[in-house]
Amino acid sequence: MRVRSGRTIELLLILLAVGIVALAYANVNLAAVGRLPEHAWWHVAGFGGLALTLHLVLRWRARYADPLMLPIATLLNGLGLVMIHRIDLVSAPGGTSGVADRQLIWTGLSVVIAAAVLILVRDHRVLRRYTYIAMAAAFLLLLLPMVPGLGVEEYGARLWIRVGPFSFQPGEVAKIGLAIFFAGYLVSTRDALSLVGRRVLGLQLPRGRDLGPILVAWLLSMLILVLQRDLGASLLYFGLFVAMLYVATERTSWIVIGLSLFLGGALLAWQLFTHVQSRVTLWLDPFAAGQSDQVAKGLMGLAHGGIFGTGLGEGYPYLTYFANSDYIIGSFGEELGLVGLFAILLLYALLVERGLRTAIGAREGFGKLLAVGLSFTVALQIFVIVGGITRVIPLTGLTTPFLSAGGSSLLANWIIVALLLRISDHARRPVSERRQNESRQNESRQTRTTEQEVGR
Amino acid sequence: MNTPIRRLAVVIFVMFTALLMASTWIQFVQADDLRERADNRRTLIDTYSRDRGAILVDGTAVARSEPTNDELRWLRVYDSPNRYAHITGYYSFIYGAGAGLERTTNSLLAGTDDSLFYQRLADVLTGRPATGTNLELTIDPAVQQAAVDALGDRRGAAVALDPRTGAILAMVSRPAYDPNALSSHNLTAVEQAYEQLAADPERPLVNRAIGGDLYPPGSVFKLVTAAAALESGDFEPDTELEGPLTYTLPGTSTDLPNFQGAACDPEGRPTLAVSIQVSCNTSFAWLAGELGADALREQAEDFGFGQALEVPLPVTPSTYPAELDEPQLALTGIGQHDVRVTPLQVAMMAAGIANDGVVMTPYLIETLRGADLEVVDQTSPRTLSRAVSQSTAQELTEMMTMVVQRGSGQLAQVPGVEVAGKTGTAEYGAQGGAHAWFTGFAPADDPQIAVAVIVESATDNWTGETGGVVAAPVARAMLQAGVDR
Repeated sequence: MRVRSGRTIELLLILLAVGIVALAYANVNLAAVGRLPEHAWWHVAGFGGLALTLHLVLRWRARYADPLMLPIATLLNGLGLVMIHRIDLVSAPGGTSGVADRQLIWTGLSVVIAAAVLILVRDHRVLRRYTYIAMAAAFLLLLLPMVPGLGVEEYGARLWIRVGPFSFQPGEVAKIGLAIFFAGYLVSTRDALSLVGRRVLGLQLPRGRDLGPILVAWLLSMLILVLQRDLGASLLYFGLFVAMLYVATERTSWIVIGLSLFLGGALLAWQLFTHVQSRVTLWLDPFAAGQSDQVAKGLMGLAHGGIFGTGLGEGYPYLTYFANSDYIIGSFGEELGLVGLFAILLLYALLVERGLRTAIGAREGFGKLLAVGLSFTVALQIFVIVGGITRVIPLTGLTTPFLSAGGSSLLANWIIVALLLRISDHARRPVSERRQNESRQNESRQTRTTEQEVGR
Repeated sequence: MNTPIRRLAVVIFVMFTALLMASTWIQFVQADDLRERADNRRTLIDTYSRDRGAILVDGTAVARSEPTNDELRWLRVYDSPNRYAHITGYYSFIYGAGAGLERTTNSLLAGTDDSLFYQRLADVLTGRPATGTNLELTIDPAVQQAAVDALGDRRGAAVALDPRTGAILAMVSRPAYDPNALSSHNLTAVEQAYEQLAADPERPLVNRAIGGDLYPPGSVFKLVTAAAALESGDFEPDTELEGPLTYTLPGTSTDLPNFQGAACDPEGRPTLAVSIQVSCNTSFAWLAGELGADALREQAEDFGFGQALEVPLPVTPSTYPAELDEPQLALTGIGQHDVRVTPLQVAMMAAGIANDGVVMTPYLIETLRGADLEVVDQTSPRTLSRAVSQSTAQELTEMMTMVVQRGSGQLAQVPGVEVAGKTGTAEYGAQGGAHAWFTGFAPADDPQIAVAVIVESATDNWTGETGGVVAAPVARAMLQAGVDR
């Protein structure tokens, strides 16, 4: 029986995505400066070419990969480019301030690296071998901004490194390393973490010595919060760990413990740090006198857009700070309205859903955990930044996956999509082909893998 | 592990639902409140950058919007700022729609007026960008130009009306300012210009024709006194009045002299007609006492005193004082004491006499026009009041023609046209400073234009400039332009 790979649908959806992006690009330029952008065809062709290249790589190396992820990522990345270009048009009337050009170059680089990941990592299970190397690499990346002369502080947070003209936010890539490490570590230890322990008030509490890892993760997040003053990343890493721990052990107690630790930490941070206090004040009253008007301006931008938006290029998104990075969702909300914002959020929801489906379909624990972890970071990151802008939670500076200006974020999210595609190829591959494929592989490794699958 | 993954999916679903609900709350429920916040710069820019309607004089824009490439999108341009500053007002990003029609008819020009609701609805449905309404003014550019040229650098104001309709043909206030300096998108320069204008002791921002501090009318008010006398039925133009060389104010020892101590007639008993012709003070002071304050006040109100007119620029009501003793009453008869007027009110007096006693409501906007200049609305002339009977108007007209032919207003003569007029020299303050007045209309037998002119004294010390010398020539230029049109 022949199984549909979905590659043809993927191709059609990519063409649709590129078409939407091309129209939006023309629209923004016509509305803002009254003419089509210079080299528009080259930009669109280059961008479409990148998406098609990845599509071809999938045909070659991951025939059964999920057919929706690549079109969604393409569309989001393209819309981000359009909005960044739109903000560029304002900061340098008649020309461009070049942020969009840089983003396009980063897009190219990210897609090439994503293709390399797909080509080099032919089976995601090999990543398990690098569990502790991934951890070390993640720690190293997280510490890089603290190195004198290399790290730079911007807007009160020490998250960037700068080499010559290039700045990079290593934390964005570190979360992939952390997801690999958590997946590898939890697959090996989940039995110990889930089965042993006492029952108290209907909760299966873990043994004291098994609490170690979660305490370490918590301390690490607090350390990031203190040293780098990055609320968003701290929340992201800890949330990632707790979610993966819960999925691995199926013990609700971990969520209770994790949430208590988080709330305790948050309360402590609120008491100790003035920058946390001002975020909370702004969350409760964005128009409080004497405070930053960032949230207020963002809200007024969203309100200005209303339900149908002002139309691309016809609002004033640039009146909000970080209109092309942290607040890019606000920019979309203003120019595309509530309708556009819903569309974008649903695209993200769909992407996350495909990731979770991949996790459910994955046939072994490591792939399951990795897919869950990667999908959940995307979901959590969107919740934290969009929730900050829409006042669901206090605002913390985070990039919006695929949309925000910033090379490190783009690179990290394309790698995440590449890994999810790789796992989904494995998960969706028909049994007949899988046997055929695996018979070619090393005898001892196959035995080991099969043992693991039997484990649960 | 699939069960916790499914549960996690539910958690993620809840997270996304929260985001959708929060954005709906902001962009749908709260949106209007947020848009109306005073500190909302987006709303501000939006209002100040829509294609605003033009203000047109005889088909030519005197205020229009020009597209720009900057954030504000439209720049307000005034092509004849010196002539029309006080009519147009200014439109500034910092100071808002300030003064003039820019302020008064802001919602029409901006296209947000409630009366434009259906047009706006049509615009939304057809996808046409919302534009403001254009205003075509009643101003006659020739009359306006004549007033500007004749006033020159003098402080003062001039107003011309079509007595038959009330249409304002000219409205000039000096000194003027340049509204372009306030509408500029160079905001620092705008602030500087505004502070300079606001601090200027000559107060160029004030429209002296309708909205400044009120002026004492001086002898032009004798038209009201004379009208009241004729309307009372006790006086005719040839009735002899008591007009001695000096008139001792009743109940005091204060002597009121005539202008430069001149006699009104050899016997001290000038007729009403002669009293107007030579602008006799003593006979009019006596006449006021004979008529009483109520008669004078009622006559003044019939000409429009006490009414807050909107043309649509708001006009400060002219006043006749409420409480008067006898000497004060005598002084009001010659336009002194606390009688206060706008130049427009004085022009309405002349226009009422010219129009057989009927005062028409003054107006400045002829038609409202849509984006493609089709007429949306047209002002129809309205009667404000009947000030005097037709015969009284006729008698006043004859007396006023004598003023120009042989009396104090001879400099207002226009060759080949019979002009009716009245001069005034209104003293103010203790130093003997005086404003020069002239009001009148032409042609006397078929009035087409009525004017009022005030030239403020250049100094607080009397310089010998009477209404007949300084103001009459300005009126003459305007009347000439008005009858030639």
